[in-house]
Amino acid sequence: MDSVTDIRKPENIVYRKPALLTDNIMHYCPGCSHGTVHKIIAEVIEEMGIQDRTIGISPVGCSVFAYNYIDIDWQEAAHGRAPALATAAKRLNPDKYVFTYQGDGDLASIGTAEIIHACSRGENIVVVFINNGIYGMTGGQMAPTTLLGMKTSTTPYGRDAKLNGFPLKITEMLAALDGTAFITRQAVHTAAAVRKTKNAIRKGFEYSMKDIGLSFIEVVSTCNSGWKLSPVEANKWMTEHMFEKYPLGDIKDVLK
Amino acid sequence: MAFKGTIEIDRQRCKGCSVCIANCPMECIRLSKAVNSKGYRYAELANDACIGCASCATVCPDSVITVYRVKI
Repeated sequence: MDSVTDIRKPENIVYRKPALLTDNIMHYCPGCSHGTVHKIIAEVIEEMGIQDRTIGISPVGCSVFAYNYIDIDWQEAAHGRAPALATAAKRLNPDKYVFTYQGDGDLASIGTAEIIHACSRGENIVVVFINNGIYGMTGGQMAPTTLLGMKTSTTPYGRDAKLNGFPLKITEMLAALDGTAFITRQAVHTAAAVRKTKNAIRKGFEYSMKDIGLSFIEVVSTCNSGWKLSPVEANKWMTEHMFEKYPLGDIKDVLK
Repeated sequence: MAFKGTIEIDRQRCKGCSVCIANCPMECIRLSKAVNSKGYRYAELANDACIGCASCATVCPDSVITVYRVKI
């Protein structure tokens, strides 16, 4: 039987931090899904060997500092305007892989017009959409994607459809547009879910070079600080409540 | 065929979110009693049941876990 020190050798490594992630300690709260999604994007870029040909567009929100963590070229967009910047980057550099990384406050609220028209134009970009049903950065206010009855700092008695409207299922909306090629909804709460999300992101990057339209990967995530739960409880709450409104799976794939 | 594994945790980067603990099929990770320089209790190996499946490292938001595995 090998002892632990015998096993801890470089040749036995099966999983380690991707080299593309910088050594900066992430500013995200403990257990935040952003870190996991950053990691799998870094893994996909590393595995595809496209570090010098990838341009990321970071949003406004908690992930505004995404450029500090993944060692590729980045641009920082005004609130909600990442798809517009990505359009420019991709049209001027058709040989580059361009992706945006946006939260629900950025993409589904202030940036709704931008994403709808980018999808409608069929831009060859990848959009990674983090949906945690809350504005995490500014203190947990209600977002368009907040579930009915969900308590946030601006809906302390729970979201009421009469007063606050219904949750916006923007992913299904975008699937109806002709310019989109691949639309999927995934999560990162278990190892299996993380691998599925990683495959979806890889597929999105591959599709963005096939000139068939926009790839949109929604990741249903947690905001444990905003939800006032521990990271593990937040994952449990997400599987019990979020997946009911936002079911996981591929919604559209034009090459299937 | 059986596997034996072990994990190495970067204590200073770990924020003690415990997502790895919830995802470990062998229940071999626990939170430490001590805290790191940020004041977080960090994850540590609790016993030698680890099979090197890398579930913990896959879900780790801060990428602090390195997984080693050998066939026995």
